[in-house]
Amino acid sequence: MPPPTLHHRNHAVPIHLPRRTLQAMPTELAPLYSAAIAPDRTPDLVPDGAEPFVQLAHINKSFAGVRALEDVHLTIERGRIHCLVGENGCGKSTLIKVLAGVYPRDSGTVRINGRDYEKMSPIDSIREGIQVIYQDFSLFPNFTVAENIALNEQLADNKRIVNWKQVRQVAQDALKQIDVSLPLDARVEEMSVANKQLIAISKALRQNAQLIVMDEPTSALTEREVRNLFAVIRRLQARGIAFLFVSHKLNEVLEISETIMVMRNGHNVSDGDRAEYDHARLVFEMTGQSIREKSYAYTPAPGAQPRLAVDQLTVHGMLQDISLRLFPGEIVGITGLLGSGRTELALALFGMLPIASGTIAMDGKPVRIRTIHDAISHGIGYVPEDRLSEGLFLEQSIGNNIVVRIIDRLRGALGLTDKRQVTQQVDHWVDALHIKTGSPELAAKTLSGGNQQRVVLAKWLASNPRLLILNGPTVGVDIGSKNELHELMKALAQEGMGLLVISDDIPELLQVCNRILLMRHGRIEEEILPMATNENELAAKLIED
Amino acid sequence: MNLSFLRKTEVLVALTIVLFCIIVGIINPVFFTVANVFDLLRSSIVMGIFAMGVLLVIISGGIDVSFTAVAVFAMYATVKLLNAYWVEAPMWVAFILAGAMGLGLGFINAFFISRFNLPTLIVTLGTLSMFHGFVLFAIGNSIIRSMPPSFTAFARSTLLEVPLSNGGVSRLHPAIFLTVVAALLTWLLLDYTMLGRGVYALGGAREAAGRAGFNIPRIQYFIYGTVGLLSGIAGITYAALGRQANPQDIVGSELNVIAAVVLGGATLTGGRGTVIGTVLGVALVVIMNNSLILLGIPTTWQRVVLGVIIILGTGMPALQAQRAQRRSQITEGIA
Repeated sequence: MPPPTLHHRNHAVPIHLPRRTLQAMPTELAPLYSAAIAPDRTPDLVPDGAEPFVQLAHINKSFAGVRALEDVHLTIERGRIHCLVGENGCGKSTLIKVLAGVYPRDSGTVRINGRDYEKMSPIDSIREGIQVIYQDFSLFPNFTVAENIALNEQLADNKRIVNWKQVRQVAQDALKQIDVSLPLDARVEEMSVANKQLIAISKALRQNAQLIVMDEPTSALTEREVRNLFAVIRRLQARGIAFLFVSHKLNEVLEISETIMVMRNGHNVSDGDRAEYDHARLVFEMTGQSIREKSYAYTPAPGAQPRLAVDQLTVHGMLQDISLRLFPGEIVGITGLLGSGRTELALALFGMLPIASGTIAMDGKPVRIRTIHDAISHGIGYVPEDRLSEGLFLEQSIGNNIVVRIIDRLRGALGLTDKRQVTQQVDHWVDALHIKTGSPELAAKTLSGGNQQRVVLAKWLASNPRLLILNGPTVGVDIGSKNELHELMKALAQEGMGLLVISDDIPELLQVCNRILLMRHGRIEEEILPMATNENELAAKLIED
Repeated sequence: MNLSFLRKTEVLVALTIVLFCIIVGIINPVFFTVANVFDLLRSSIVMGIFAMGVLLVIISGGIDVSFTAVAVFAMYATVKLLNAYWVEAPMWVAFILAGAMGLGLGFINAFFISRFNLPTLIVTLGTLSMFHGFVLFAIGNSIIRSMPPSFTAFARSTLLEVPLSNGGVSRLHPAIFLTVVAALLTWLLLDYTMLGRGVYALGGAREAAGRAGFNIPRIQYFIYGTVGLLSGIAGITYAALGRQANPQDIVGSELNVIAAVVLGGATLTGGRGTVIGTVLGVALVVIMNNSLILLGIPTTWQRVVLGVIIILGTGMPALQAQRAQRRSQITEGIA
């Protein structure tokens, strides 16, 4: 029995999940708490004789009385690719930080490479060959590729003087190990996300990594870059290096992993071989409910004007002769590789790129869009992909973020902002979009990815746009929220809004859109109807060049 | 190291200097006389020492505006102490004393910055006022004109003497060595020691620097301590060259020094800056300040011209960077 939770706060998430059997646990470890670990325990009995590289058992961890992990175990065999899946807030990151020695555990056992650790510091973890690649990669943008790769080694050797020749040599060797060539003297800030990741991996390898932990490694990669990353991972796996992947992109999880572990609300839900899992089971176990999305059924209103009519739109060097129609109630998907012009099209419609030629009409009336202000005044809203830098004021309250676009309308006597109206609006949207927060007074940065995206949506919906452009609406959002966002988008369309959805998430496109436009090299190549295609076919078309 | 971005800034500054020199030289040939060159070098001694300290802070992503107050504190207190207790003290004692005081005051900055994790501008704005106020209130507010004899001797010492056509001589002061040594040490430190790389790392990605195992408080103590030390030395040099200790001097010139460093390519967001760039930046500011008069431009206009140069000099690379970033953002589709 884990020790009882000491403090109970009102906003603590109650945990009332049925405990599942821990089928894959090799042995029944006695619950051992902190000091009770004998240093020289004989290795646990493992069916096939070899001891796993990492064995965490009965891990408990609370923050200020809120349980983040409860009786969690994690076993990672050498040279295997293990995936850890679960929704935001399920305890994945906490578990990784316990493994990395960043968070001390409250109780439970940590056994790595045959050694029990009563306490584990980040240095212990690194010494055992555990390398965590965080989402920001921990790279220095102002350093060269070579220095970034070699830096940790130089620090670990307690060097005082920098040997630049050695730095280059180290970097060259490291990149050769993963069969990648990158310009050693280029600054890391000039590198793409995919290359930064490769740099982070080669850096980890130089520190004698036995296990590389990657947190959401594919969230900012294109299809092709993901292939490339997977190839590198498989090469390294062949040399005996284990991987722990943390992801909620289920297709990728199913593709790369050999063993899978699902977590929910700080508990293990299940773990086992890849073969035991499929998409539906993962979704069910992550969310605790089965989600089946219905595709969007659009019924055109007879004789309606197109909400948006674009003809021969050209932006120098980016878009060529784009023509499209979007009717009220339609959800049109725009897809293509990065650089195909899909984002540029959104930016041009939102007044962020100079339009060289072509016409745009809203509800039959020609409009000129040269600035963001023009776009907004014609009823166009844009939800950017990078909501952290463009969509939200992270330090400001959730409420302020929601009303920021309409604050001018919420004035009372003397032209001052009317607090009551503001509260009304905020409450309405928090409620309507199911934004999960203790209070709308909290800063937006306290929300999870899915809820942040809802705040961005709320901000635009509050201003009542006629056309809403969404760029990667569910990037970094977990499955449950993703589904709710999709339903919300469909509901908005059904009320008559026009939606333009830019995405390369193929299941999303198929479920949400009634038409999909495929872009390549700044042109619209093809119009695809979701019912006339399937995931594989669309994926193949997407990566065709 | 890929210095292409910096090289651009540095080349730009160097070209500006050359262009400016040519124009001034054509209008007034006095500019190219040895006497004028020696004058310019003399004028850059103190600013050059200050600039090396400021460069360290700016690379680390911080800013220090208190260094002038530190310099005045160390200068005034040292002169007053020596006058009272050891008038015969050799010059190096004055340097050590002032350097030590500067170091101590720098550690006070470092303490607030690293212990309480306060913004560097706020802390040093506070200590600027505190240190200077303390000098005026507790140490003295009158100008000391009778300096210890070693100061006077130091002021008269000469590294090079060149006879002038009018029968006089033009002298180069050996204190220029202090600046040269400060620059060389700073360069070696920044480019060839792990401590120096730590300064860059701190300015480039603070969190990653901690994760990589850099000892951030130690680096901060080092940075602000060094700024203090250099400021103390610069302060005493200033007093010796000017043969007086005026507690109202130096304070107020912080922005000139920061401008010189920024002109040399260091970015206020941290992570970037080089010694060569800073040397060029100081040269540009000193030449501007001293040569407009040769052009017949009233000295009151100096500040205006300096302002224009700062905006042009730092604005152009920044614009280029913005454009490049925008281009890459659009092609990467992050927008």
